[in-house]
Amino acid sequence: MSSTFAVLVARDLRLAARRRIDAALPLAFFTVAVSLFPLGVGPEPQMLRQIAPGVVWVAALLAAMLSVTQLYASDQSDGSLEQMLLVPGGRIAIVAAKAVSHWLLTGLPLALAAPLFGLLFDLSPAAIVALVASLLLGTPVLSLLGNLGAALTLGLRSGAVLLILIIVPLCIPALIFGAGAVAAVDAGQSARGHYSLLGALLIFTALLAPIATAAALRIATE
Amino acid sequence: MTQRSTSEPRAAHATDDSVAVLRVHELACRRGDRLLFAPTSFAVASGSIVWIRGANGQGKTTLLRTLAGLASPAAGAIAWRDAPRPLYLAHANALKEDLTVAESLRFLLHLGGSRVATADVDAALDRFGLASRANAFVRTLSQGQRRRVALARLAAQRELRPWLLDEPFDALDTSGIDVLAGLIVAHARRGGSIVLTSHQALPIADPAPVTVQLHEPAFA
Repeated sequence: MSSTFAVLVARDLRLAARRRIDAALPLAFFTVAVSLFPLGVGPEPQMLRQIAPGVVWVAALLAAMLSVTQLYASDQSDGSLEQMLLVPGGRIAIVAAKAVSHWLLTGLPLALAAPLFGLLFDLSPAAIVALVASLLLGTPVLSLLGNLGAALTLGLRSGAVLLILIIVPLCIPALIFGAGAVAAVDAGQSARGHYSLLGALLIFTALLAPIATAAALRIATE
Repeated sequence: MTQRSTSEPRAAHATDDSVAVLRVHELACRRGDRLLFAPTSFAVASGSIVWIRGANGQGKTTLLRTLAGLASPAAGAIAWRDAPRPLYLAHANALKEDLTVAESLRFLLHLGGSRVATADVDAALDRFGLASRANAFVRTLSQGQRRRVALARLAAQRELRPWLLDEPFDALDTSGIDVLAGLIVAHARRGGSIVLTSHQALPIADPAPVTVQLHEPAFA
């Protein structure tokens, strides 16, 4: 099973490398969405510092949801998904591989690009560190939950809308504690509590979401 | 309603208990609320070729997917005996436009659980006349060539797994059909079993294919 997992991740990354423009779409969306706020809200540094954590986190959440809708669709339409499902223990390996490759392709680049946006919003160095740390802890949660949504809505005609309706509410705790961590550091407090809660959320999601996703995949493909 | 629908001359051999790799008993499949075919029973002996026949929409693909374990039967039983897991080749080719021919084949072979040696991949592609296209992207291939790549899995297969082939002859030209028929016959002679669907008459005489006809269910 672990070798199936590695083969699937390698394949997804290779496919993304062959379609760089498509793969860069979440990051492009994130960049545009975050950059528009200073233009729309006005250039007062105090105001920007205050809204920065929320803006960056909301944009990251939307970028993750945007990119997750097609996670299984192409594999299902060309028959690859069926072949993957035939591997013994394949369902969990597929689900885990999809979540990991989605995070590597969206969550990780967003977290790595976040310091630039921290500068754009005039955040202090400590707040930028908190922003990156909260994104590193929080975006895997978004990938895991988005993965669940993608499996639940696989094969449905208005799947993307349904996915957002189902999954966004589940992402709200990550959003609150992620943005909260940065706001706390910005206000001169410790973000430890926020990190702990984000970490707990990540462990909880990593344990339960793949099982639920595998079950959803079974229902969708039968 | 015909319950046992294997054709006459080879049926006795095919249902012989001692050599049956797969036994299907009163199997019924559903698609949505609709029962697809009348309960069907048949057995697949090792070294035999079973040809599932039926009208369009009669449930041939669903039957094969059920045998492969991708769907659950609505009624009846499926028993595989002492066989490695079947190799299911669906109507869709399971190829990615953005991978090369060799990459796609290696990926599919890996999912199939085989050790993938480069020499095997090359030999399998060569068998289907695709050796020169090994590094071409799948998106540059024609339908027939894509089908050949998908079928090259069969040529690279060392293990004696039962084959479940959904319309394998579709989109192939005459030379492709010859190669595939040769592979199927060779597999059967080694003792492997094959269940396939096809709209065309099978270009295979020995071993003679056993026909299983799917019938309309008695009540819808």
